[in-house]
Amino acid sequence: MALTTTPEQTRRPPRPVRATRRGSGPGAGREGLAGYVFLSPWLVGLLGITAIPMLLSLYLSFTNYDVLTPWPEVEWVGLANYRRMFTADPAYWHAVRVTVTFALVAVPLKLATALGVALLLNRTWRGVGLFRGLFYLPSLLGGSVALAIVWRSMFNADGAVNSFLAFFGIQGQPWVNDPDWALETLMVLAIWQFGAPMVIFLAGLKQVPTELYEAAAVDGAGPFRQFLSVTLPMLSPVIFFNLVLETIHGFQGFTAAFVLSNGTGGPVDSTLMYTLKLYISGFTDLEMGYASAMAWVFLVAIGLITAVFFSTGRFWVHYSDGSDS
Amino acid sequence: MTAVRAAGPRPRTGPARRQVVRLVLLLAILAVVLYPLLWMLGASVKSQEEIVNNIGLLPERFTPANYSDGWANFDVGFGRFFLNSALISLLAVLGNAVSCLLAAYAFARLRFRLRRVWFAIMIGTLLLPGHVLIVPQYILFRSLGLVGAQWPYLPLLIPHLLATDAFFVFLIVQFMRGIPNELDEAAKIDGASEYGIFRHVILPLSRPALVTTAIFTFIWTWNDFFRQLVYLSQLPDYTVPVALTLFIDSTSQSEVGPMFAMSVLSLLPVFLFFVAFQRMLVEGINTSGLKG
Repeated sequence: MALTTTPEQTRRPPRPVRATRRGSGPGAGREGLAGYVFLSPWLVGLLGITAIPMLLSLYLSFTNYDVLTPWPEVEWVGLANYRRMFTADPAYWHAVRVTVTFALVAVPLKLATALGVALLLNRTWRGVGLFRGLFYLPSLLGGSVALAIVWRSMFNADGAVNSFLAFFGIQGQPWVNDPDWALETLMVLAIWQFGAPMVIFLAGLKQVPTELYEAAAVDGAGPFRQFLSVTLPMLSPVIFFNLVLETIHGFQGFTAAFVLSNGTGGPVDSTLMYTLKLYISGFTDLEMGYASAMAWVFLVAIGLITAVFFSTGRFWVHYSDGSDS
Repeated sequence: MTAVRAAGPRPRTGPARRQVVRLVLLLAILAVVLYPLLWMLGASVKSQEEIVNNIGLLPERFTPANYSDGWANFDVGFGRFFLNSALISLLAVLGNAVSCLLAAYAFARLRFRLRRVWFAIMIGTLLLPGHVLIVPQYILFRSLGLVGAQWPYLPLLIPHLLATDAFFVFLIVQFMRGIPNELDEAAKIDGASEYGIFRHVILPLSRPALVTTAIFTFIWTWNDFFRQLVYLSQLPDYTVPVALTLFIDSTSQSEVGPMFAMSVLSLLPVFLFFVAFQRMLVEGINTSGLKG
């Protein structure tokens, strides 16, 4: 091995196997020091980029900070930002409603599509790889502005979708400009990007033992029964994983809403996703104290939702190895 | 219910009719998936009237001028925006590869006090929504004089230099855990230091995880919009995603063709990565997200 020939090592006589478990306990001494040396960039990042800004934003959420006022003049306003958010800003509640509606509709439909297509693809034959790759492509291009621009144009009043519908004699909508349809347009974009969860479902399906299907078939289970009694339970950890990931992801949608509405959340606030509202408050209106309060409520909400997922998960997620993680 | 039978892992030759139904369904879905992308490609070489009136994929009159018009747009030209995007994407790749690798080595291979605690915190930051931090980070970078500076990209790059993309730290940790411990032990007996083990044993063997990290960092930074929108305010500093939104703001209808031309170009690097590393992208990241 090249290892023994590097000058660094030949200079140093071989040490006895280091006893990390002796004396001052694990993690002490040189290896402990090396650990912190290697970890130092991450630690600095944790403090400087994550922890301190988080505490700073918690403090700011109780102030009227707006970037332009110098620090000494920043005023402590107590719970005023939170009170305003919950009682005096209808747009805020509207944003909450839009975001929750988006997540509640788009995420299950996206996962159902992903699972359906994964089931169709879950066979080894020539061309599967190509299908899988092409289905994954929209997810990879993901939240790009270019895709949002395409969506905006296709779902325009005179866009491709309406021309297509007209071909079948169906009267189209001005989708992105219609308050009743703009959010649905965003949902379709999200569902269209079903590739990422699909790939995870495919990986999960490969883990299901064939014997289970054979046993089910012997017991007289038809295809539908097999799906309900074998596929779904065996796949539940993967469904859980996708559900948590996609829900958190869904709550954070920004780019498409921004592009479709010119950064306004319109028409009539119909695409005012939470993150867009936060951006407008913080960076357009420069009410950074207010935006910080919004960010903290968002954080707590995401934390609660994740906690609910994990606490209800044990009632329906089945781990075949009997472990609980 | 053809789909249901498919759930077995091994090929089971069903009736031929089922196979045909399955293939037809898949092709129909494929058409829906690909249509918007192909439509964009077609629109990028269509004239203004055709973009509105012709929903077919191919233009009746080939209009490559959209590309040259778009490229020369917005005073400084789109080439500048592409250079800016390429620069920050490559620097982000470099930063992530180094910083996440160092942190991952510590978590995966070294024993030190509070390791479990730090690791749990790292996993916790995985779920932390980035938007929560954008306001205070902006304020922090602004008070350091980095926002709107001569070279305005530091606020976009510093997080990558400090391994804040916990996802990649986790990815590399999971990968390193698969490297046999005997290699470290052997190197230790040979007198290698922790750095020596890192440099000569772990680093060469971690290359696949590093490549995955590099590719996804590039794609995600290239496509990122929110942060670039927040931190870039001068036109010459704009990146491709931010510059694309200028087309939307412009009321002129003649900009529609160039808008699609530049949209196509903006997706090109990602698409090339897709073609080159398709298998790895599809399998690598998603299975590593699962435990194991």
